[in-house]
Amino acid sequence: MIEIDGSGALNTREEKNGTEQTQETKLESVIEVNKLNFYYGSTQALIDVDMHIYKNKVTSIIGPSGCGKSTMLRCFNRMNDLIEGTRVEGKVLLDGVDIYAKEIDPVRLRRHVGMVFQQPNPFPKTIFDNVAYGPKMHGVRNKSSLEEIVETSLKKAALFDEVKDRLHKNALSLSGGQQQRLCIARAIAVEPEVILMDEPASALDPIATTYIEDLIYELKENYTVVIVTHNMQQAGRVGDYSAFFLNGSLEEFDTTEKIFLNPSKKQTTDYISGRFG
Amino acid sequence: MSTLDYLSGTAEKDNIGKEHKKEFGFKIVAVLATLIGIVSLAVLLAYVFTEAAGWLDLQFLTSTPSRFAEKAGYYPAILGSAFVVALVALFALPLGVGAAVYLEEYSRKNFIQRFLQTNIANLAGVPSIVYGLLGLGLFVGTLGLPHGVVLVGAFTLTLRVLPIVIVSSQEAIRAVPDLQRQAALGLGATKWQMIRSIVLPEAFPGIMTGTIISLANAIGETAPLIMIGAATTIFSPPHGLLSSFSAMPLQIYAWSDFPKSEFQHGVLPAAIVVLLLVILTMNGIAVYARNKYYKNKK
Repeated sequence: MIEIDGSGALNTREEKNGTEQTQETKLESVIEVNKLNFYYGSTQALIDVDMHIYKNKVTSIIGPSGCGKSTMLRCFNRMNDLIEGTRVEGKVLLDGVDIYAKEIDPVRLRRHVGMVFQQPNPFPKTIFDNVAYGPKMHGVRNKSSLEEIVETSLKKAALFDEVKDRLHKNALSLSGGQQQRLCIARAIAVEPEVILMDEPASALDPIATTYIEDLIYELKENYTVVIVTHNMQQAGRVGDYSAFFLNGSLEEFDTTEKIFLNPSKKQTTDYISGRFG
Repeated sequence: MSTLDYLSGTAEKDNIGKEHKKEFGFKIVAVLATLIGIVSLAVLLAYVFTEAAGWLDLQFLTSTPSRFAEKAGYYPAILGSAFVVALVALFALPLGVGAAVYLEEYSRKNFIQRFLQTNIANLAGVPSIVYGLLGLGLFVGTLGLPHGVVLVGAFTLTLRVLPIVIVSSQEAIRAVPDLQRQAALGLGATKWQMIRSIVLPEAFPGIMTGTIISLANAIGETAPLIMIGAATTIFSPPHGLLSSFSAMPLQIYAWSDFPKSEFQHGVLPAAIVVLLLVILTMNGIAVYARNKYYKNKK
């Protein structure tokens, strides 16, 4: 069925099957995207995208501005539903289940697929209440369970030691980098399977960025991470897999090593070497 | 010609000197325009306050109206106003916030939403006497409630302030950053959970500011209460939802008709001062709430 199509997406998939036959058996797909087309009104933002997100790996989505990176990311937890006039064709399978099927409740989906945004956006509440927000909304009322969730989530986000003495202070008193780690802790507290990150470090200074990148590296032990980034070095540092988007199409998808050292397409080479973007 | 001659304007006649004079003239006009508004208001207030002095005392606040100026009091009207406005707050707040939440968070941005939005803005500009007629026709004529009772007054004034409460609540809700909404929804909160736990708490001070200001307006409303048949003078405060009542501006209206000098230059100014103080206090609370809110946000 896909054979008749000679698009870039198809090629990359064939190659990956070829070059990684040995690894393929160990890799478990958490998300599988099939022929995904996405429209904002009459403008098409994603064209025939096919890709896999592998379990306990970090997949980075790269490409120039307006190429559909963020749109792709927001298709994974249906945040695009919130924008009026959008339309989706094709399938996004989470553990084999089509998340765009009629019977799927996007609220439940978002408890499985968490999200961290570009701008740190803690609620104007205490640090504790920020992390406890998700569990509370999902019905956890018991105070000691909430305390436990908050502590483990903050520890996993490498923030606990910095804030343990001021859990009941306003989260807006934290620095930008700490706020972003708080947002990661807040996402973790819901115990998602997949964590989506939309340029999580683009608003931060280099040192705060290092913290976030180290954290992403640790997070993949327990979670599957998809990260959109503008920063090529960042994609090279944190991503196990890289997906290069151009004008709404997935141009190339492979291991980060392959994409950076030996890309099979000229556009990929040009973008990664900084010739455009 | 030296530079100094040129810059000081001594050497050559050009238009700059004339322009400076024009600017000075315009400045005078602008200052006068400001002063006419402010000074006349200040004079009016000073006049009312001096006339009220000596008349505005505990006896005035705690007595019922009387034919004799020395015994005349404002008590039933003050309580009538307080009772009605408390009810208006009780009715207008949930209705206004509910409508604002619907328009901002739930309704799709389509033709119907724009139609509703435009009409709410227009309703805020409808003269209050028209609301009085509406209240009379709807609550007394159609629903069969008695004339001039507290409940009808409160219903009518609720209609009067509702558009303002809706619009100001909408503004407060719109001011909540979209990133906060996305964060809540991204964590798997339902829309109602998001509204309840994030949007409304953040919008609350703004909603309260708008509501208090509209209630302060309602306290000063006279025409709609006359239309629904509220008493201009009454000798006992209202004791229930269906009891007759008078309100502060209505009592002022009644006393303004008394020819005796003690009323014209004593009792009447005292009543005006009480009403003004109540309204100014309410507006002050609203401004304080708003400032405190913005300070906390920073």
